[in-house]
Amino acid sequence: MRRSCLFLPGNQPNILQNGMVLPCDVLIFDLEDAVSEKEKDAARELISQALTTLDFGVREKVVRINDMETFHARLDIINVTKAGADALMVPKTVGSDTVQKAASILDEAEEKADLPLGSVGLILLIETAMGIEKAFEAASASSRVRALALGGEDLAADLGCSRTKASRELFYARTRLVMAGRACGLDVIDTPFTDARDAEGCYEDASYARSLGFSGKLAISPHHLEPIHRAFRPSESEVAYALDVVSAMRRAKEEGLGAVSLRGKMIDLPVLAQAERTLELATASGMLSTSRSTSTKGD
Amino acid sequence: MKIQKKAHAGTLESGDVLVTVMPSDTLTIEIQSPVVRQFGDAIERSARDVLDAMNIRQGAIHLDDQGALDCTLRARLHTAISRALMEEDDTADPSGKDGNTVVMTE
Amino acid sequence: MKLSRRTGKVMPSLKDAIRSSCLKDGMTISFHHHLRAGDYVLNDVLHTCTELGFSNLTVNASSIMACHTPLVEAIRAGVVTGIECNFMHASVGHAISQGLLANDVLFRTHGGRPAALESGTAHIDVAFIAASASDPEGNCNGKEGPSAFGSIGYAMSDAVHADYVIVITDHLMPYPLTDVSIPENLVDAVVVCDSIGDPDRIMSGTTRITRDPIGLLIADYTARAIEACGLLEDDFSFQTGAGGTSLAAAAYIGERMRKLGVTGSFASGGITGLLVDLLNEGVFKSLADVQCFDREAAASIRKNPHHVEISASRYASPQAKSTIVDRLDAVILGATEIGTDFSVNVHTDSNGMIMGGSGGHSDTAAGASLAIIAAPLVRARLPLIVDRPQTVSTPGKTIDLLVTQYGMAYNPKRRDLHDCLTGAGLPVFSIEELKEKAERLTGKPRLLKNEGRIVARVIGRDGDELDVIRAVHK
Repeated sequence: MRRSCLFLPGNQPNILQNGMVLPCDVLIFDLEDAVSEKEKDAARELISQALTTLDFGVREKVVRINDMETFHARLDIINVTKAGADALMVPKTVGSDTVQKAASILDEAEEKADLPLGSVGLILLIETAMGIEKAFEAASASSRVRALALGGEDLAADLGCSRTKASRELFYARTRLVMAGRACGLDVIDTPFTDARDAEGCYEDASYARSLGFSGKLAISPHHLEPIHRAFRPSESEVAYALDVVSAMRRAKEEGLGAVSLRGKMIDLPVLAQAERTLELATASGMLSTSRSTSTKGD
Repeated sequence: MKIQKKAHAGTLESGDVLVTVMPSDTLTIEIQSPVVRQFGDAIERSARDVLDAMNIRQGAIHLDDQGALDCTLRARLHTAISRALMEEDDTADPSGKDGNTVVMTE
Repeated sequence: MKLSRRTGKVMPSLKDAIRSSCLKDGMTISFHHHLRAGDYVLNDVLHTCTELGFSNLTVNASSIMACHTPLVEAIRAGVVTGIECNFMHASVGHAISQGLLANDVLFRTHGGRPAALESGTAHIDVAFIAASASDPEGNCNGKEGPSAFGSIGYAMSDAVHADYVIVITDHLMPYPLTDVSIPENLVDAVVVCDSIGDPDRIMSGTTRITRDPIGLLIADYTARAIEACGLLEDDFSFQTGAGGTSLAAAAYIGERMRKLGVTGSFASGGITGLLVDLLNEGVFKSLADVQCFDREAAASIRKNPHHVEISASRYASPQAKSTIVDRLDAVILGATEIGTDFSVNVHTDSNGMIMGGSGGHSDTAAGASLAIIAAPLVRARLPLIVDRPQTVSTPGKTIDLLVTQYGMAYNPKRRDLHDCLTGAGLPVFSIEELKEKAERLTGKPRLLKNEGRIVARVIGRDGDELDVIRAVHK
């Protein structure tokens, strides 16, 4: 589940602690933009210590490492892998080159840390025109890739256009990224909404992202978690339909039927997958009890 | 190993600690903290842990604590020492044995 | 000055007023704290008493604020040798904790103070009442004039019970003042001064909801807990402080009430602009105001008849025939420490130094059906939950629920809350489990014990001694 993916600045101990209680699906400890060049070493050490000792619960622990073109990236990967990061967010990803560079250092890091090869994932942050055009190439470059994420600010700068609240300038990038990511069976995470004080604006932006096929949204402020979760909360009728789909498929399986129809429509595997995704969102939104969703999954 | 040059890490923000390490013939740890009465011993223990792990036998260590958690304290001290040792690696006294007396002040 | 010639009450100076009161060494003088950190009156009176050569006075003030550091000088000079109050800011508290005062400070509660005056346990010889507007006979209020501060609720008992009552104002109005909070029949003398306080410090600007995500998380849990307990129904009544987290909780509660279409009965206590907004929107029918925290509240109490000024006695006196706090459904309170038996410290900091006091904490906790402590589990490496707080300000049996950012714990005597809270999907733990969570993060703090002499006594609202505070030597 990657609905809400919250950035936490890497060199502020007080804010890092907040990651233990803030209600997000993914925590992204930031070593890149949030940390000045002079403090990269301190932030790396702080995050490594925090990952080793603090209990962030069920949240996915991601570290945004520095640009693969800098000497920091390698140190970042080696240290935070050892400290127990679940995944690394690779900034400024452009095609398979960036991915393979990160993946090969990660191979080495996992070996040093005595971790099974391939256990640490990659989330690719795509934020340049070339990155967008090579999104599919990047997404399919390594089995470590778990998700694609859009960085709208840098992209707008690269495109030479201004970043607006309506975000029309991102339309192509968004749909292109969803297509590339979903084609590889990955989660696709939308660019952050940039006004920390405008919760409703964030809700509208997140709702729009969901309508395009995104699985979640980056957040630069804890104030955006609630609107993002609200946007990704399925409607009661979506949930009811998803429950019907799942039970119809279960019945069909029990009765040995190959295909099954519901409300006059044929249900196939993609529909079932979609229904399961809806139920997962419903559970995360507190609409279904956890036991119910596990029993669904167990079928 | 001994600290060869002065270095800092951390800040004076709440929940952080500003670590200063300086060259010295002995090993001293000075702790300034609003929670020194509750956690002074624990802070000293963690500092010694990090110093031992980094094989530091000589240096003046000053911790200006603002209520940092243990993991923050360890990270900041580690960073400060690493910074103090950078570039000096090749000139550092390789013997590491100097029979210094350890003085602890609070 | 035609007006002043027609009355015998208006004194040419504070000195004359004090002389007229026949104040003697060893007597008790009283003050109220509605001028908050901007108050000039307590300092001016002590200065004048020093000039007049008084000694051995006891100061009985509803609260000692940050601006009252001249009190420390008056103690050093022997002018003041006793203090009775409901709250003491660290600026004076630290001096007391170092053993400056010969006699023990007596800490009461906002309700316990008027009760002690009513029963005669405490006595005031001369009351000094700062009023932002008064007429020459002493009909006065805190609502008009350039130094308006709103409700004058804490001073009302002083006016009733003191042997001699002096009104000090910087805004003399023609007789008769119509909006009277303290009437002339209780007033002996009136003094006009240049200014009773610093207007910028009397009232803060708009009190603000916190933007701190942890404060908001605690506020969100608190509001959801109140809803889960089934309290958000028509005629709901509640009280909360002016801290950022409390305000956020009030805002969330208002939001839920709007959504549910519920109309509350009243909100009470120190009143903020946020509660005024809820009143004006019709979310609550009335406000019971013993003190205004900001300009919006002070402006509202002047013009809105549903924003009602109440005395400390009606607010919370355990001796009164009935009180506002006994009608409260929920109260949201803070804590510097909470014991595993839910007893709360709001008097001393982690080193045992005086930096606060009960105010209305114990009163509302005792009165409200659901008394909630809302506070962060850890502050600068110090865990909130301890085996036993340094000082017991409010007994654990009056606290029902603790809410932190890591989850909540109900008092075992309120096992009935369990199903409501867990049913609403709220994170419920035992208080011991929360304590463990905190200590996993901070380590176990070394237990401190102050062995110094007693410097203050905490008197519970029923008049019994709840705890003592001992000197701290650096």
